[in-house]
Amino acid sequence: MARISAGVTTSHVPAIGVALDLGKSDSDYWRPVFAGYEWSKKWIAETKPDVIVLVYNDHASAFSLELIPTFAIGCAERFAIADEGFGPRPVPEVVGCPDLAWHIAQSTILDEFDMTIVNKMDVDHGLTVPLSLLFGRPEAWPVKVIPIAVNVVQYPPPTGNRCYLLGQAIRRAVESFDEDLDVQVWGTGGMSHQLQGPRAGLINPEFDHEFLDRLVNDPESLRSLAHIEYLRESGSEGIEMVMWLIMRGALGADVNELHRFYHVPASNCAVGHLVLEPAANDSGGPS
Amino acid sequence: MIDDSEFDDIPGTTVFTPERSRKGYHLNQFCMSLMKPENRERFKADERAYLDQWPMTEAQKQAVLARDYNAALHEGGNIYFLAKIFATDGQSFVQAAAKMTGMSVDAYNAMMLSGGRSPEGVRSIKEGR
Repeated sequence: MARISAGVTTSHVPAIGVALDLGKSDSDYWRPVFAGYEWSKKWIAETKPDVIVLVYNDHASAFSLELIPTFAIGCAERFAIADEGFGPRPVPEVVGCPDLAWHIAQSTILDEFDMTIVNKMDVDHGLTVPLSLLFGRPEAWPVKVIPIAVNVVQYPPPTGNRCYLLGQAIRRAVESFDEDLDVQVWGTGGMSHQLQGPRAGLINPEFDHEFLDRLVNDPESLRSLAHIEYLRESGSEGIEMVMWLIMRGALGADVNELHRFYHVPASNCAVGHLVLEPAANDSGGPS
Repeated sequence: MIDDSEFDDIPGTTVFTPERSRKGYHLNQFCMSLMKPENRERFKADERAYLDQWPMTEAQKQAVLARDYNAALHEGGNIYFLAKIFATDGQSFVQAAAKMTGMSVDAYNAMMLSGGRSPEGVRSIKEGR
């Protein structure tokens, strides 16, 4: 049977992709950012997952205002790299995992999560920057990826509670898939940042550290955190952190924290990164 | 009815509510068109003529021509859509954000390097915190 072996959260700052693509990752500005991922790169090279369910948000790349799915699951064989206004990032195309993706779509929809099924979707920095941070610059990505795009652009985004419950449903789906697959769930975006208006540049390390602590040890308490609180405390784009709750819901009640990294700044953002694994004794049922 | 007014209580912040999305639909869809290289070339060749192909308001067009992103937000633009304009100009999110705060890029970068803007005093207009 397939199993969820680990969860990863990371920011997906576009400038990180630009720094990597232009070979600037060793500059004084960027070195401390990439240093925070060295442990994780070694870890993932050793753990070799088969599939990553990668939760991210599309930044008006695949989805314009014509169509705004709250939760979209990519079921295609492959996903092209989006041109976000300056040409596509020079990274390999993303190879999907249609068998498992369709199974997750079926299972979660019958579990009453009304997913949008997507068979053609260009993927932007929200998906590719996390892959670059963990895998560097390979010729081809060494894993299959199931993109789950979450709307956090148009209000209202899904609630943190709904995201957490979807994570639990994804776990039930993965664990009912017959093939023996090692699956990781990644939640990306955040941490505190605001890209717009006179308040741009907002960073709140107190909020971020508390969010990291609670995500690991007390995720139940984050389920009721309202959108307005994310906006006030972590900046208008800090709302992306609701997506981390999908990852956390998929891991079960108790987790072991393997790695943590936090750094300010990367471009306009606070960078946060966790590597978690489900605790061995956890049954994975809803609490 | 759903009351979105709490979103207008955050200083210097424009939340992309249903009302703003409706107001900014054509502005944002114009921005999306700049994801194609041939459209970027046509826009750069004659910005006004390109904008006139879209059913946008004059205020929206002026905000684009002036690269006044705060005005564009006010007219219903969303930052991830507006990003297609500054990407077309070869500008980064830092350069655009600095402009929206009224700071020079150097001053903005210095603020970020020293830990960013504190949330202290910019959480709520009503509550003054």
